[in-house]
Amino acid sequence: MSKIHGAVTIDSERCKGCDLCVVACPCDVLSLQPKEVNDRGYHFAFPANEQACIGCAACAVVCPDACIEVYRVVVK
Amino acid sequence: MTREEIIRPENKVHARPKLLLDKNMHYCPGCSHGVVHKIVAEVIDEMGLEHDAIGIAPVGCAVFAYNYLDIDWIEAAHGRAPALATAASRLNPSKLVFTYQGDGDLAAIGTAETIHACTRGENIVIILINNGIYGMTGGQMSPCTLEGAKTATTPYGRRHDLNGFPLKVSNIVSLLDGTCYVTRQAVHTAAAARKAKNAIKKAFTNAMQKKGTSFVEIVGTCSSGWKLTPEKSNKWMEENMIPFYPLGDIKDTTKES
Repeated sequence: MSKIHGAVTIDSERCKGCDLCVVACPCDVLSLQPKEVNDRGYHFAFPANEQACIGCAACAVVCPDACIEVYRVVVK
Repeated sequence: MTREEIIRPENKVHARPKLLLDKNMHYCPGCSHGVVHKIVAEVIDEMGLEHDAIGIAPVGCAVFAYNYLDIDWIEAAHGRAPALATAASRLNPSKLVFTYQGDGDLAAIGTAETIHACTRGENIVIILINNGIYGMTGGQMSPCTLEGAKTATTPYGRRHDLNGFPLKVSNIVSLLDGTCYVTRQAVHTAAAARKAKNAIKKAFTNAMQKKGTSFVEIVGTCSSGWKLTPEKSNKWMEENMIPFYPLGDIKDTTKES
């Protein structure tokens, strides 16, 4: 059976911590930084559980600031 | 597989649209405008129209749209975007002309321009972001505010005996013979955003094929105006806005031909 590996990169300086990607992710990969903030004072999103990512790009589609890029590899 | 093995240019499946300029948007966190800007940028890029697209920016939160998308823009006076789009498309018939307006701009001060541009059947696309509030000026009631919704000017909720009923602009313009495609979409989930992208692509294609006016309404959120978090705004929109403004195509005359 083929397995899908995904990964996301998040532009943490552009992120406004709106939480929409965290809600949209079907695999609970993303979460917001609990304490750390970016230069503009937002708790930015980061891939907390990156092993679970399947590269579906749901987070990137709903991101209002277009700060998420998605990579996907299908291993057969 | 390690993260480094996955993050390679050949594995990229979703990138930041080329036409979005490298600027931080001024919108509040979670604003629907950002998603729609991204969709418009993607569609124009995919259709190869970056040199032929003319956007008409409104007055409202999206007033700075010209700072974010790398295409030609004209800034219209409040509500007058469809009139300006008429001029732009008649003078440049080969160009893709679209307006990008909020509900306060399109449905209140610009009602006359909108209805007459639609009834003349101008070959333009009108994109309406309907969040039921005047976001930029501080959350006042707009014509599309739902009954019972609390805003700065209706602190006890909108009442139809005092403030009138909410206006369904898409349903009004779908009655006009000049419109060829009227649809209502949302961008609160990935699936909805993908549907909205297809709708905008279809509308842009109609304008390039000179089929008449296409009208795409996108039901959006205004977290700051509604005084909710972005996540709760989306939930509130699903529970309250979408039952009143049901999603889907309202009119499509392009199917028959």
